[in-house]
Amino acid sequence: MAYSDKLMDHFSNPRNVGSLDKNADNVGTGIVGAPECGDVMKLQIEVDDDGQIVDAKFKTFGCGSAIAASSLATEWLKGKDLNEATDLKNTEIASELSLPPVKIHCSVLAEDAIHAAIQDWKRKNGK
Amino acid sequence: MALKLPIYLDHNATTPVDQRVFDVMAPYFTEHYGNAASRNHPFGWAAEAGVENARRQISALIGAVPKDLVITSGATESDNLAIKGVAEMYRDNGNHIITCVSEHKAVVDPCKRLAEDGFEITWLTPDKFGRVTAQQVADAITDKTILISIMAANNEVGTINPVAEIGAVAREASVFFHTDATQAVGKIPINVDEMKIDLLSMSAHKLYGPKGVGALYVRRRNPRVRLRCQMDGGGHERGMRSGTLNVPGIVGLGEACSLAGADMAEDNQRIGALRDRLEAGVNAGLDYVTLNGDPDHRLAGTSNLSFAYVEGEALMMKIKDIAVSSGSACTSASLEPSYVLRSMGVTDELAHSSIRFSLGRQTTAEEIDYVIAQTIKAVKDLRELSPLYELAMEQKQ
Repeated sequence: MAYSDKLMDHFSNPRNVGSLDKNADNVGTGIVGAPECGDVMKLQIEVDDDGQIVDAKFKTFGCGSAIAASSLATEWLKGKDLNEATDLKNTEIASELSLPPVKIHCSVLAEDAIHAAIQDWKRKNGK
Repeated sequence: MALKLPIYLDHNATTPVDQRVFDVMAPYFTEHYGNAASRNHPFGWAAEAGVENARRQISALIGAVPKDLVITSGATESDNLAIKGVAEMYRDNGNHIITCVSEHKAVVDPCKRLAEDGFEITWLTPDKFGRVTAQQVADAITDKTILISIMAANNEVGTINPVAEIGAVAREASVFFHTDATQAVGKIPINVDEMKIDLLSMSAHKLYGPKGVGALYVRRRNPRVRLRCQMDGGGHERGMRSGTLNVPGIVGLGEACSLAGADMAEDNQRIGALRDRLEAGVNAGLDYVTLNGDPDHRLAGTSNLSFAYVEGEALMMKIKDIAVSSGSACTSASLEPSYVLRSMGVTDELAHSSIRFSLGRQTTAEEIDYVIAQTIKAVKDLRELSPLYELAMEQKQ
């Protein structure tokens, strides 16, 4: 199947690959998916005192669409505040990357990872 | 010599038509275009002569008699005709069929259809190498068994089954033995008499012949196998498969069989050496690589490898200049990884991480060296991206 140029760009040159210190108080970590399902996404955000996301990193085991979706998500998260980040929809990711129908679940996984990372940060910070 | 990209390592999916095959086929499109069933003019005679010559070439490769061949549109039709044809013809003798879960869908699905129609199917499970034993087959036979269908070689992992031993068990119990030999014909020696095969499916396009043509060997003597035809019409192919013969295709299948028989030993040696070079090269550059399939009983050109912590479709996208296939769910519409790998006990995680390299007649050492380098780089890059690899490395420390 032919993928969009944007998807191929994120897959070939993924942004924000790496890990933040998961034990740091200002870092929220979300890990979603399961190896036996062929997708595991780890997405991390670093949040400053004003509730702004100043950094985001990811690592993904999964197909090209899953890697591209998580790369795009980290790019979009940077500079957003937590409310804006919470409002990010999987449909926006799917649309930006022109995901084919069988790959929509990759964008759902990215949204889940964002929410999981925010929840983790909130739990750590008593919010 | 400059390497030509992309590189084709998906020969178990299909092969290019050998130029020698193509050359023999060509006149049958434009010059000898008669209907092989036209008995009253030279156009028909020329077509029929081409078909009869092809039957001799095909049967010579599998130790059969030319009259025992039913020409079909390919292996899927051959499998359907063999399984449904026997089941419907011999229903009064019993309703039990033995097969294996790792068969091709062209065998699995006809058996499932028959199960809906009241047949009992025993689904054998292969061992961890993908192999079925004759003992498993023997243990499954009942007085209701009318057919055993076990593939000669598996398309995904290349594992070769003990066909002769299974044939002996079947003959001893007077049960018909069908083998889907689509991946085996032309790659390993097959003799339907010595192996006691009663029905054998094959396809031209897996052995450098054209797509859309295949054959079903149907034993006519000792024992005679009768089939309920699945295509009613003009009574072609001894009434077992009606329809005007695809003369150029059949001529191509014949020539492909002839070439495969002549070149088999040499091809296998060269292709097997390239396959070993690929596996040695990949293993030298990467750890956590596992072989799916039987290390000893395997087609020379098939290498199915799992690269742990890396998803198969992503890996295929990284090595986009190399045509391969994967057992990952992401390559299909379903969300399940390869049922063949699962049946061998490969975990879902490793099934998602599998890549099948299938080499062929035109594969070169230069191509293999390029594939080794690209694969190692791609796997390393994707492991850098993989949270599972990161976790595994943390736990190792």
